[in-house]
Amino acid sequence: MSVIYILLGVSVIVAILFFIAFIFAVKSGQYDDSYTPSVRMLFEDELIEEKTTDKTILTKKE
Amino acid sequence: MSKISENKICYHCGNSCDDTEIIFDEKSFCCNGCKTVYEIFSESNLTAYYDLQKSPGAIPKINEGKFNFLKDTQILEKLLEFNDESIQIATLYIPHIHCSSCIWILENLHKLNSEITSSQVNFNKKTVRITYEHKNTSLKDVVILLSTIGYEPYISLDDYSDGKKHINRSMIYKLGIAGFAFGNVMFLSFPEYFEVNEFWLDQYKPVFRWLMFAFSLPVVLYAAQDYFISAFKGLRAKILNIDVPITIGILVLFIRSTIEITLDMGQGFFDSLTGLIFFLLLGKFFQQKTYSFLSFERDYKSYFPIAVTKIVSETEEIPIQIYDIKKGDRLLIRNEELIPVDGILINGHASIDYSFVTGESEAIEKKSGDKLFAGGKQTSGSIEMEALKEVKQSYLTQLWSHDIFNKNKEEAFVNLTNTISKRFTVAILSIAVLSTTFWLFYDASKAMNVFTAVLIIACPCALALAAPFTFGNMLRIFGKHKLYLKNASVIEQMAAINTIIFDKTGTITSNKKSTATYDGVPLTDSEERLLKNTLRGSNHPLSRTLYDILKANDIVTLDSFEEHIGQGVQASLNKDDIKVGSANFVGKKELVKSLQTSVHISSNNNYKGKFTFYNSYRTGLSKLFNELKQHYDLAILSGDNEGELNNLRKILPTKTKLLFNQKPKDKLEYIKYHQTEGAKVLMLGDGLNDSGALAQSEVGIALSENINIFSPACDGIMDASVFHKLEQFLIASKRAIKIVKWSFLLSLLYNLIGLYFAITGQLAPVIAAILMPLSSISIVVFTTIASNWAGRKLV
Repeated sequence: MSVIYILLGVSVIVAILFFIAFIFAVKSGQYDDSYTPSVRMLFEDELIEEKTTDKTILTKKE
Repeated sequence: MSKISENKICYHCGNSCDDTEIIFDEKSFCCNGCKTVYEIFSESNLTAYYDLQKSPGAIPKINEGKFNFLKDTQILEKLLEFNDESIQIATLYIPHIHCSSCIWILENLHKLNSEITSSQVNFNKKTVRITYEHKNTSLKDVVILLSTIGYEPYISLDDYSDGKKHINRSMIYKLGIAGFAFGNVMFLSFPEYFEVNEFWLDQYKPVFRWLMFAFSLPVVLYAAQDYFISAFKGLRAKILNIDVPITIGILVLFIRSTIEITLDMGQGFFDSLTGLIFFLLLGKFFQQKTYSFLSFERDYKSYFPIAVTKIVSETEEIPIQIYDIKKGDRLLIRNEELIPVDGILINGHASIDYSFVTGESEAIEKKSGDKLFAGGKQTSGSIEMEALKEVKQSYLTQLWSHDIFNKNKEEAFVNLTNTISKRFTVAILSIAVLSTTFWLFYDASKAMNVFTAVLIIACPCALALAAPFTFGNMLRIFGKHKLYLKNASVIEQMAAINTIIFDKTGTITSNKKSTATYDGVPLTDSEERLLKNTLRGSNHPLSRTLYDILKANDIVTLDSFEEHIGQGVQASLNKDDIKVGSANFVGKKELVKSLQTSVHISSNNNYKGKFTFYNSYRTGLSKLFNELKQHYDLAILSGDNEGELNNLRKILPTKTKLLFNQKPKDKLEYIKYHQTEGAKVLMLGDGLNDSGALAQSEVGIALSENINIFSPACDGIMDASVFHKLEQFLIASKRAIKIVKWSFLLSLLYNLIGLYFAITGQLAPVIAAILMPLSSISIVVFTTIASNWAGRKLV
């Protein structure tokens, strides 16, 4: 039953690792701007369309 | 062509292009500027800019020389975030950022200038952080690039302040730690609640208990430290604020639990302790609603430029930092630049827009030799002026040396929670002492247990949560209705208001519309047509206003058109001649200097009459005042002359006090005087000249037609479109106070139940662990539902 020491140790260490990850995320400024990334992630496509097919798609969209 | 395109709007900026449509690439543009931006984008394959959002752009304002100061290394050093041999990083504030197209184009800047390595937009703050290699480009080039595509950055004196702004994230850290510990402690304490004398459980009890102790250490030592500090400060100032009983609760919980586990008496209250602190911090976090796109702390520094151009000699002009301007310096103020110091106009045609200062949007004409005041914006061409004072001694900026700007309104205000907490703390301490004395005689072994139990269970968690959640939620509801408050305590202050003071220009009058009446000889149809067409050519603000008021007429080409700057315009068509402008210009001797703004007209040298302009008041003004007069004292403080006195008398309730010719400092003193007589003042203003009054009043609200442009330091910013709802906001804040009072009652009920267990000496950890979160959560639910209900009445 002394396996519980290992289990406890592992669970606490995992928990602390996640906690450290959270602290680093806050520190790096990830939570400072919660809006722009949500818009930014939708952009990639426009750029590719632009490069490959240029104007045909633009007129379709309008 | 002009007939077909009447409803056409510019492909780039969305303005109508009735008069001057430019067709390019099958798209219509309102001006060459917009067309140029489109050309730049299409050359670099960036036209997706127009797909994300329709007409997202702004007309570019290219102003050669405006950013010359960016060459100055000393100024540059202050603006740059990072600077080494190859790379520079700068964060620029761009007011125009408003849609996804803006984010897209600004993050693709590297396609327009290959030296830019990356650019990142923060939409809420309207900033873009640009990294570039400065060997072949400079900040000036980057800024000019931004200006040419319609995203001119706003660089103000504020950016020149020392030290980078530090972002305080300690609140999130604390909340994270408390939440993390709370979750873990809950799991660890769970097995013991079932109290089964199970062999293995008994075996490992100490491990579980000491682990809980370890988890709660950072919570008590770090996450809860604000409460200790605040309680200590309160005690030193001899105030029993809400943090005093909270601190007692936290300490007693921690110490008693530690003793219990060391002496193997029980499992302690670590779960209640961490849960309590977590909930309290959650309340604080919820209350901290911030509008990152607004600033409530602005003073003149946010309006003033970093540098202006100093004329050293006939041939030499250098950029000079504003603080370095000395008396006697000759300055060059370009079109659209701000006058930084009081001075005298030397030459050039000055047309100064003081709307930042007074809220009055109409430009004022000045002749050489006239005095110019700091804060005005030059609107027509370049002028030369001589500084009479230094920046900090100028008429406008002097206002900020008043000590009212160093006071912290929030600290001076005793809020509802702290008023209650005083009695609460005294009551709890006496209950604790009384019950302990009783147990000392009855069963001395339990006395200490009861004493600590009372202090634990009475810890006013729910009480402390009531106000943050109610006001925090109300703050969000107000925000949805376009009244943006600086913090939650403003709502409490709003509920206590008994006097409301309004500024006139720009506050109760609207900037956009103006009305005019004509008196004199009626104009014939042909004269009216000539007048309309004459005004069409003039760019003077009064001409533009009058042009908009007059009914539509055919567009005809005039035979001659001449604008006499500062006087008026003259035009002729088919031998008919018209003069529009000042009384002197049209040849009429004005016997009495009129206080009102008017435009005189003469046709073929015969005086016809004049258009007199009136301020147009915001819709619903009269109704609002009539509603407000039943509960509040009303007054209007105006910096203007008495020209509007009679007009205002007509539409406002008779009791309203009207004061004219008030200087910024007079407004402040007026409010101060009334406060000594017990008035709780809400001031509604809009210009920098109201800053003193806004700071002095209990609640200072800045009214703004466009919340994204600048408004002076205040407690709240109100969108002009909800001006007529002022009374509803005041009623809603009163309801919020009522909700808080009801939830105080509710939390006292929980405390009474808890006290029963505590006094009778049967407070087990499991009861505390159920009762404390239950009371907190039910308070949160109650206040949220109730404040949403109260907010619903804000139609």
